[in-house]
This record gives sequence, C-alpha cells and structure tokens, in this order.
Amino acid sequence: MAVKNLPREELVRPGSGGCPGCPSSLALRVTLKALGKNTVFAIPACCAVVCLGAYPKTAFDVPVVSIAFEASAAAASGLAAGLKRLGKQDTNVVVWAGDGGTYDIGLQALSGAVERETDFIYICYNNEMYSNTGIQRSGATPYGAWTTTTWTGKTEQKKDMPAILRAHGLPYMATAVPGYPEDLFRKVRKAMSIRGSKYIEILAPCPPGWRFPMDKTVEMSKLAVDTGAWALYEYENGQLNFNLKSKSILEKKTEPKPIEEYLKLQGRFAHLFKPDRNEQVLDEIQQRSLADWERFRKQVECGVA
Amino acid sequence: MIMIDTGDRIAAKAAQMARPEFIAAYPITPQTVIVEKTADYVESGELDAEYIRVESEHSAMTAVIGAAVTGVRTFTATSSHGLALMHEMLHWAAYSRLPIVMVNVNRALGPGWNIWADQSDSLAQRDTGWVQFYCASCQEIFDTIIQAYRLAEMEDVQVPVMVNFDAFVLSHTSMPVEVPDQSDIDAFLPPYRALWKIDPDDPITCFNMLPQSEFGALRKDLHDAHGRVKELIPGIASEWKERFGSYHGGLVEEYLCEDAEYIIVAMGALGAEARVAVEELRREGMKAGLARVRLFRPFPNEVFRRLARNRTFIVVDRNVSIGSGGGVYSELKSGLYGFANAPVHGFIAGLGGKDLTFGEMCEMVRKVADGRAADVEWWGLEE
Repeated sequence: MAVKNLPREELVRPGSGGCPGCPSSLALRVTLKALGKNTVFAIPACCAVVCLGAYPKTAFDVPVVSIAFEASAAAASGLAAGLKRLGKQDTNVVVWAGDGGTYDIGLQALSGAVERETDFIYICYNNEMYSNTGIQRSGATPYGAWTTTTWTGKTEQKKDMPAILRAHGLPYMATAVPGYPEDLFRKVRKAMSIRGSKYIEILAPCPPGWRFPMDKTVEMSKLAVDTGAWALYEYENGQLNFNLKSKSILEKKTEPKPIEEYLKLQGRFAHLFKPDRNEQVLDEIQQRSLADWERFRKQVECGVA
Repeated sequence: MIMIDTGDRIAAKAAQMARPEFIAAYPITPQTVIVEKTADYVESGELDAEYIRVESEHSAMTAVIGAAVTGVRTFTATSSHGLALMHEMLHWAAYSRLPIVMVNVNRALGPGWNIWADQSDSLAQRDTGWVQFYCASCQEIFDTIIQAYRLAEMEDVQVPVMVNFDAFVLSHTSMPVEVPDQSDIDAFLPPYRALWKIDPDDPITCFNMLPQSEFGALRKDLHDAHGRVKELIPGIASEWKERFGSYHGGLVEEYLCEDAEYIIVAMGALGAEARVAVEELRREGMKAGLARVRLFRPFPNEVFRRLARNRTFIVVDRNVSIGSGGGVYSELKSGLYGFANAPVHGFIAGLGGKDLTFGEMCEMVRKVADGRAADVEWWGLEE
C-alpha cells in the first residue's frame, strides 16, 4: 500500500509529549492507522508514557493501560483474558514498549506471555538505549556506542532479541523502521490476522539520544537499512523472509553501503572518528554486520530461523 | 454442607464460590494447594474463569491488574517471597483502585530458607494501600474471602483486599467448615459491576503521569476509603452472621474483655491459641481477655481506644520490623498515644513457625502482672 493510501484516521491526538523528530511517535501513528480503534494498549515505563501526556489529558484515542516497567506483557495477558470474558476477542491487545522494557527488565514477562501463546502483538520500538532516563546503555545498545553509562563506547555486542523470540516458536515476528511506513503498516496488519503471540521490532533512531538533527529521523532509519546495520524481515511458519532493500542485500543483488556512512552521522559514534579514526572498532563493527548477513543467508538457505 | 479440609483447600473453595472470572497465580509453599485446586476447579468446569499460569508472582499480580481493568472479578494467592516479589504491583493495584482479592499464606522470608508461619511477609506490605485481614480458623478463612469481595467492590471502597492466614498451622490443618449453598453466596455477593473499565468504544488512558497538583489528592482519596472500610466491616460481618450463622468479630474479635484487666492482643492463628490462654488464666482467677486483630490495615485504633480504659495490653507478635519491634505492638502504641495511658507490653514470639503454646502466653501475662516484663521482649529463644 502506498503511503498516500494509508487510513486518514488519526488515533494519536495533537499534544503528544514526544520530542521533535521522535521515531516512536512516527511509528506509533502508522501502527495505530493499521490497528484501528478496536485496540487496547499496555505501555510500560518508557518514552511513550511521556508522549501520552499527563493526567487528566491523553494523546491516545484508544484505551491505554500504563503499567510498571517490567510488566507490560503480563498486563497484556490479563487484558486479553479479561476482554475474552467480555466477548471481545477481536480487540487487538498491543504492548508498546522500549528496548529497555523488552530486552532487559521486561524479558521474563515477555517470555512467559509468548510461551503461554497469549493472543497479543508485542511491539518494541528499539532506540538502542534507556532514552527516557537520558541515554543509558541497554542490552540493545550496539557495540561501540557512546551512552551516559558507556562514556568511551559500549564494549559488548547487543543481544539478538528477535532470535530469542523466534526460539519461543511464536507464529509471527517482523522488523520495521519508521522510514518505510507502508512496510510497517503491512506488518502490523499481518500480525493482526494471526492468532497467538506476535512480535514486531521497530528501529527507532532517536535524535537527542543518538546525537543527530531532529529532521533526519526518517533518513537515518533508511540509512540503517541501506548499510545493513538493520535488516527488514519477517518470520512466519518457521521461515525468514527479507523485505525491501534488505531482500536485495540478502540476495547479494545490492551491496550494503559502508556502515561508516550510518555511524558518522551519529554523535554517539563520534569518538570513533575524531580526534583520530578508531580503525579497529570501525572494522569490527563492519565485519560483525557482514557476518550477521552471512548468518541470515545460511538461515534462509537451510530453512532454519 | 460441612466440609472438613485444610485452610488452603477451604480458601480455594471460597474463591471458587465467589465466582471470579479471572485467576493468575504462581505456586509457592505453603500456598501451592490453592493454585492447584483453583486450576482444578477451572479445568473441571466447576469454575467458569480464565486461568493464567504465570511465570512469576510479579506477573501474577500484573495479569490480575490487566484483567481487573476490563471490569472482571479477579483472584490470586501467594505467600512470603512471592508477596515480596509482588510488592511494586501491590502499590499499582491499590493506587489503581482495583477491587482485587488475594490470599496470602503467612510464611517467613529468607534467608535462611524457612517455610513456616511468620507474619513478617504481609506486615512488610502494610503501606501498599491494601486492606489486610488475618484469620484464626478455616471457617474464618472461608467467610473472610467471600466478605472481602463484598467489601472491596463496594462503590465507596474500591480497594484491594488481602486475606492472610498462617502457614501450615492453618494452611495445612483440616477443620470442619460450614459451606453455604452457592445460591446463598450469590445472594450475599452479587455479580461484580465495575464502576469503570477499559473499553475501545470509550477510550480512556489509565494510570498515566500524575502531576504534583493531583497526586496527593488521589492518595488521600485512598486513605479516606480505608476509613470507610472500618465503618463498613462490622455491618458486613453482622449480615453474614444473620445469613449464615458464623461470626468472628468485626475489626477485632473481643473475648471476655468486659471486665478484663489484662488483654492479650494477637493476630492470626495465635489469636486462637490466646483464647485458650485467656480461659486458663480465668480459671486461675486472673481477669484476662483477648482482642484478636482481624483487620491490620486499616488499623482499628478506635476499638483499642475504647478497650484501653484501666487495661494492660500484652501484644504477642509473630512478626518483627527489624529496628522497630513487633508490628501490632507499634501500631497499637501509636494508636493509643494521646488517647489512653494503658500500659502496652510486647512479646516477639513464634517467628519462623516456632511453636507458641497457650501455656507460654499465660506465662507472658503472669510476667507482666508481676511487674517482671520489659516493654518489649523476645520470647522463647534458646539461651
């Protein structure tokens, strides 16, 4: 579907507390266009709670249950069961959580909810850090990135959360970026059509957190895809399917752009370029990315995910 | 119908007859039987409810909150470390004003590991906004669980309620219990009608950021609801007595207090033991009475202020707030301060399930009467 054909109905009202250029807000707007009004959100502690606005106002035109940091998937379990009692099985139960609330503190509740085959869509907007508390390292922060708890760059790799979810045997998962709204829209609609636990992870380039200008969010998210730093794919029936530019990178029809082009626009990686280039770390990041793609190719080739 | 069974199984029966539509629970000794039996009720069709076998107590309370905001009646049960893990969500449930009912089987917290009776687990949750009942018999467990739903769901209450009873002493001890017909329970406890709920047709945002200007007022509203709880419980207990015959006191069970000079104050199963102690002391010619605390939160200060005239209180606490003392002892003293000069003696006893007999309680009272007791004593420790 072309962007101009997305539903006109806006379920994010004016007055959101999001920062200018907020990737989560961009993605949320598209996601809600796909979900429609028959939707209930559970949102843990994260930037989206701030975007809601303060009592007695709200920027959401669907019901929202704000819940504790580690608890959103458990809240969704209760919501889905309660709505079932009311005969509202067709209502979309959706978690909207950051990477801290997903990769780290919320992992147990998420794992439990997916193992129980809870009928819900868990959406992680991944800005690769604890952004609401002011840019601290999370399990999703990439190697080498500056945060306020990794002043000289993170020394560990991020964890492969989508693979952890796939290991639960869930029926559908997908990745997306705000820069390709029609792809995100299609994936949310796809998730809605499947019973059971669905997981969608959206890369969320955060201007204040990643240190880039607020008008570059869309561009940054597309560049993540073009350089292969982020892969767009879906997982369904045990199969991985790559989308858009990621498909041609996987099939080696397109060379990914050098990952440096993505890194050098972000202040969080500035220490890798000046005062002197840190060739070792830059090379490690590039090689790691290429290795990830080789792994993807083997997974697709062998039919394992 | 008379049912002879353990506290856990009686609690599960009461939960079943209260007709919750949603249960989420996680097993922990000695509450496990409740988790098992309620699951059995659901699987056998004896209870029409959704049951989620969650992966932790934190998720149990969170899932119950998630279901409760859709406007359905909910139930869960836990104990000790499980209750401690729930701590954050206990606040969430109370501040959300959700009328959840939970059983907590009072058990010690480790380390070292100890699965026996100790009220320090629920006493540590006193400030979470939950109403807390403590039971002294299996009949009281049954009656209190049903009554707890009635109370929690009242329009001017809307507060979660925790029903506590002692590990093993009650949870695994069989007693005869009069179980009313389901139709009579239904008449006492009608179907739950939520005052508000999550509904896509009428979207609201629950529990979002609360500015300083609003925060204190909402906490006061909950505090005021606790005040109304104290006014409403005696009526609920009386109505139950009229309908079903059993009665365990209102906020406090008072036994032989009218002419008593020495009143034992205890909570939970120790209250039943203290009743025997009172009878023994009476045989010796001592004017002893019992004030068994049924309701710890909100604390029944008014009852004790009334009882305080010319009395000496002997508080037996199966719990301790380290650095302060027994939980009931300190609540009672602060409640009386400025209202009565009754002497209050505290004994911290029976921690970690150590046996405490009526004979030992008699000795505590004699010690106080003889002027040999300190303000607070740790009782029964090996020298």
